Amino acid sequence: MTRKPLNLQSWLLKLAAVLTGLFMLMPLVAVIPVSFTPKRFLSLPKGDWSLRHYQALLTDEAWLASISDSVLVALASSVIATVLAAAFALGLWFRQPRYGGALVGLALLPMAVPPVVSAVIIYFLQARIGLIDTYAGLILTHVIMVTPFAVIVMLTATSRLDKSLELASRNLGASRMQTTFWVVLPNLKFGLFSAWFLSLVLSWEEIAVTLFVSGIDVITLPKRIWDGLRLNVDPIIAAVSVILMVLTTIAIVAKTLHEHRKGKSGS
Amino acid sequence: MAARLNIHTIAMWLLPALFLAVYLAPLLGVFGWSVSRPEPGAENYVRMLTDADALNIMLRTARVCILVTLTSVLLAYLLAYHWVFGSPARKLFMELCIFIPFWISVLIRAFGWVVILRNKGILNETLLSIGAIAEPLTLVRTEFSVILGMVHFLVPFAVFPIASVMRQIDSRVLLASRGMGASPGFTFWNVFLPLTVPGILASVIIVFVFALGFFITPAILGGGKIVMIAEYIYIQMFQTSNWGFGAALSIGVLAVVAAMAGLLFKVIRPERLVK
Repeated sequence: MTRKPLNLQSWLLKLAAVLTGLFMLMPLVAVIPVSFTPKRFLSLPKGDWSLRHYQALLTDEAWLASISDSVLVALASSVIATVLAAAFALGLWFRQPRYGGALVGLALLPMAVPPVVSAVIIYFLQARIGLIDTYAGLILTHVIMVTPFAVIVMLTATSRLDKSLELASRNLGASRMQTTFWVVLPNLKFGLFSAWFLSLVLSWEEIAVTLFVSGIDVITLPKRIWDGLRLNVDPIIAAVSVILMVLTTIAIVAKTLHEHRKGKSGS
Repeated sequence: MAARLNIHTIAMWLLPALFLAVYLAPLLGVFGWSVSRPEPGAENYVRMLTDADALNIMLRTARVCILVTLTSVLLAYLLAYHWVFGSPARKLFMELCIFIPFWISVLIRAFGWVVILRNKGILNETLLSIGAIAEPLTLVRTEFSVILGMVHFLVPFAVFPIASVMRQIDSRVLLASRGMGASPGFTFWNVFLPLTVPGILASVIIVFVFALGFFITPAILGGGKIVMIAEYIYIQMFQTSNWGFGAALSIGVLAVVAAMAGLLFKVIRPERLVK
């Protein structure tokens, strides 16, 4: 049991915290009824709930094309990001160069720079080499934006590896390649999966930079939602939102409950 | 052993080499635009600091960012406190209230506020039906809705550093304060709060930097009326094609962010926050 350090748990503060929590959930809950409206415009159903916008979503070619664009870009960029981040973290772990700090700084740079500035930078590059509004261009963009997060995950994973692993492997006669792929990498399985999954989610949701470098030939799901929100707000957006929210919420609730149960049995 | 080229050296350099080519080099290119388009010289930077439009937008950006930062950090402190020290049930509730919005797309979260706040939205309909107001209130496309949406987006980011500092506080220090006769209020203001200052500062800087470069929420909830610096850059680049000026504004934002990041590393030790 947690020891309460302060006697500050007055009902007023509890209420304020619960209200703040509800404030965080409010806009998410608000979208749900709107997605079931029978009308063509944003409105609350008044007893006449309908699934027409969910049906529309599943039959509308433009929305389906956007989902497949998003899946393609997210799969490609998350795999590339994970490979780059893993190579980077492993290389650093084996070599441990004096200038390692500077390399890490460079690898994390796109995460620290505001997205709008990254967007201008990437737009500058892709306008030069003619990659604007292509799959290759968008995948490169997402790789730049999500790899820093994968790098953080991989650096955390390698920091927990014991350096004597390498010595033991090499002493037993394994080559550098064998040590890397058969001894060290299997110990990083969990880190690799986390880095890939985080990259996948971040790419799937990326919008700030995507907006600048695509939009006619390649339209990802967030970009289509953005267009819908800016032009005419169709309740189909509410239906998409509800589906995405349900997936996210199931994942988080499952993870959180699992951790709480583990925490309880462990203590 | 001499530092000869081996597979690990190559692996280590793949990512930095890529970023040098596709990020750092174009960044220099953007800087080049800012001093060469439409004409060579520092004209874009002079305009940034003298043009009435640009100054107004920077002023609004600063005002909104400061309000958003203060509100977000205050709410985050409240959530973090109950997340770290609450009863198991409250902990679980707080955790869900922090993580579910955190993982949901910024677009959907802004859209949720549109649904609530627009003229025929949930809030106005409710207020009208109970007779609290006669006319719908104009809530979207105002600075209020932009601030609300940004606070909602940024609170989780503000919670993490504060909660991580709170977790490291040795509760014996607080018990000692209480044991020596200090009131709960005195203990909070003079012992607990000062111990969390590094977390608060980190939150302030992180939220402020995020708010400064923020684009999606203001664009949706401000509806083109409440333009801040990030959207202004977008307009310069894609609507009026003032590439030089847009580039100069980007470099300006980058300079402010770099200064704030420098502050973060000087004032507090960031390594304390990742525990």
